[in-house]
Amino acid sequence: MTDRTGTRRGFLRRLGAAAGASAVYDAMRTLGHAAESDFTRVPPLAKPDGRTSVAVLGAGLAGLVASYELSRAGYDVTVLEYQARIGGRNITLRGGDRLVEMGSPAQDVHFAPGNYFNPGPWRIPYHHAGLLHYCATLGVALEPFVETNYNSLLHSAAHFGGRPQRYRDVAVDYAGYTAELLTKAINTQALETGLSRDERRDVLQALRLTGALDPSGQYHASDAMALTRGYAKEPGAGENGAPVPSRPLPRGELMASGLWQAIAFHQTYEMQTTMFQPAGGMDMISRAFIPHVGHLVRLKSQVAAIRQDEHGVSVDYTRLEDGTRATLHADFCICALPLPILDQLSCQVSSELKAAIGGIAYHSSVKIGLEFRRRFWEQDDAIYGGISFTDQTISQISYPSHGYLSRGPGVLLGGYMFGESAMYLAGMTPAERIALARKEGAAIHPQYDKEFSNGVSIAWSRVPWTLGCCSNWSDQARQTHYRNLVRMDRRVVLAGEHASYVGCWQEGAVLSALNAVTQVNARAHGGQHA
Amino acid sequence: MRKSAALLGLVCALSAAPSARADSATSAGAATGALATLRDGGQIYAHVCQGCHMRDGRGGLGAGAAIPALAGNGKLEDASYPAYIVLHGEGGMPDLDTMLTDKQVAAVVNYVRTHFGNHAPDQIDAATVHDIR
Repeated sequence: MTDRTGTRRGFLRRLGAAAGASAVYDAMRTLGHAAESDFTRVPPLAKPDGRTSVAVLGAGLAGLVASYELSRAGYDVTVLEYQARIGGRNITLRGGDRLVEMGSPAQDVHFAPGNYFNPGPWRIPYHHAGLLHYCATLGVALEPFVETNYNSLLHSAAHFGGRPQRYRDVAVDYAGYTAELLTKAINTQALETGLSRDERRDVLQALRLTGALDPSGQYHASDAMALTRGYAKEPGAGENGAPVPSRPLPRGELMASGLWQAIAFHQTYEMQTTMFQPAGGMDMISRAFIPHVGHLVRLKSQVAAIRQDEHGVSVDYTRLEDGTRATLHADFCICALPLPILDQLSCQVSSELKAAIGGIAYHSSVKIGLEFRRRFWEQDDAIYGGISFTDQTISQISYPSHGYLSRGPGVLLGGYMFGESAMYLAGMTPAERIALARKEGAAIHPQYDKEFSNGVSIAWSRVPWTLGCCSNWSDQARQTHYRNLVRMDRRVVLAGEHASYVGCWQEGAVLSALNAVTQVNARAHGGQHA
Repeated sequence: MRKSAALLGLVCALSAAPSARADSATSAGAATGALATLRDGGQIYAHVCQGCHMRDGRGGLGAGAAIPALAGNGKLEDASYPAYIVLHGEGGMPDLDTMLTDKQVAAVVNYVRTHFGNHAPDQIDAATVHDIR
C-alpha cells in the first residue's frame, strides 16, 4: 500500500491472488494441511426401499443432524431424549431457567430479560464448515465472536504487583524485545545463522517492522513503537493535543510473568479469527432444528438397553413422565449418547466397541456466568468482547460480544476452566463457586464488588445427562479405540463429538452424525457390514 | 470399564496439549499447582474427587448411569483396586496418574477407605501405589 509506483497494480495483483486462494485452500484441505474439519458437503443419501426405520438416541447436535438428514431422505426416524428439552450440550441459560446438577442445590437463573449465558459451547471457528452449513441452511443468524481483543487484560497474581496488563502491551513488548534480541545477535554475528547477505537484510527489515524497532534496531518508547503499542497520552486536538508514546514493560518481568502464553493461545488454528456466535444464544442452533425434527423426538425417555439381532434393533427405555417401560424397534440405531452414560447401559455390541466406549475419559470443566448491574468493562475499561486471562483458579473472564454500549445489566463469563481447577470448583456448591469467581475477578476488575447482581455455574462432571464435559482422547486411545468407535457394529453406529477428530467442538458432533448416516444409508441399500 | 486403555496409560486432562482440549479456552497460564502442595487425604479428596463423588462420598445418579458411591462400596475392600482406578480411571473418569504423586494417591485412598462409613483396617503406602502405577 506504500508502494508509490504501483499501488493500484499491486492491489489488482493481490486481488488476483485472492481469487485463487480458495482453490489453494481446497487443495490444502485435501492434503490434510488444514484438516480441522473435512466437511465439504452433506453426503447424498438415497431414498430407502420401503419403510426403513432408524432409532436415534440423544437429541443433542449429533442426534439432531442425523435425524434431519435421515428424515429428509425418507427414513422413518424416532429420537429418544432423556431431558425435557432438545439440544444436549448445545444449551443457553436465560432468566427463569433452572439448572440441576447431581448433588447440588438447583440453581434458578435470575438474569435480566435479553441476557444469557452459554454454559457449553460458546464460539464457532470459521473453518467449522459443517456446523456453519447447518446454521446457513436453518437460518441461524450469526454474529462475530470477539476472540482476540488487544485491550483485554492479562493477569498474574505474582507479577507486576498483581496489576493486570493490557494484551496489547504484552503482545507488542514480547515481539519488540525478541526482535531486538535477534537483531542484536544477527548484527554481532553471535548466531551461526547461515543467512545469505540478502536474506540477512530481509530478516532484519522484517524484525524492525514486526517488532516496532527504531532504525538502529532498538526497542524503546518511540513514535515507531507508539504505532503499535499506543500512547501514555492519546493524540488529541487543541494546544495540548500532542501524544506521548507509551513505555514498554520491563523485559525481565515480562518474560518471567508467563503472560505471553495468551499470545500463543490466540494464535492456535482453532482460535484464529473469524469466530462466530449465534445471535441470542448458542441454543438458537438446536432450536432451529425443532421445526424439522421436533415431532420425531420423544422427550423424557431414558434409555436402559440397546439390543440387536439380524432383524433389527430394540431399545428399551423408561418414560420418565410415568415410569413405564417401553421398547422402540427399528432397523438401525444411531447412538449419540455421551460415552460415560452409554458405558453404563446394557449395550449389545462387539467387545471391541464396548472397550472403546469405556476407554475414553471425559474432561471435567466448569463455567460461571455472572451478571453485573452495568457494563463496567466497556464503560470504565474500554473492553468490548474478548477474553482476559489470569493465573488464578478462574483462568479467564470473557466479555459479551454483543449489546455493546448498552445500558443496564450485562453478563460476563466469570470463569472457565478444565483440569485440576475444574475438578476443584466442581467439588464446591454453586454458591461457593460464585463467591470464588467474585473474589478472584475483583483482582482484575475492582468494580465486581459494587456491581455484582447474580450468577450461575455449571460443573459438567455433575450434569446427569453427560457425567462429564467432553471426550479427552489420548494418542494411545486413538490408536486402540478410534476405528472401533466410529465403525458401524452390525446395526448400531455411534455419533457425537467423541466419535470424531474434532473432539469437544460442535463440529465434531456434526461430522460424526454425517459419518453415521452415511454408514446407515450404505447398509440400508445392501452394503456389507463391517 | 476401561481395560486396554488403562493399561496403556491415558494421559490426564492437565497434561493434554491445548489443541487436544479444543474448546477449553484455557491459556497455558491457567492455575495449576495448588494441588501439588496438598498432602492430606481429605484435602486431596475435596480438591480432586468430590466434584464427582460428592462431599459425602455418595456419588450421583444420572440418566440411567451413576457416579459410583464410595460410601459403603465393597470394591474398596482391597486398597489396590481404588489405587488402580485413581491412577488409570474408568469409563468417563479421568486418569489421575500424572496429576497425583504416589504419596497423594495413597493418602486419598486411605482417606476414602476410612471415611463415609468405611472402616478399612489397613493402609496403602506410596511404594505399593508405585508398583500399581
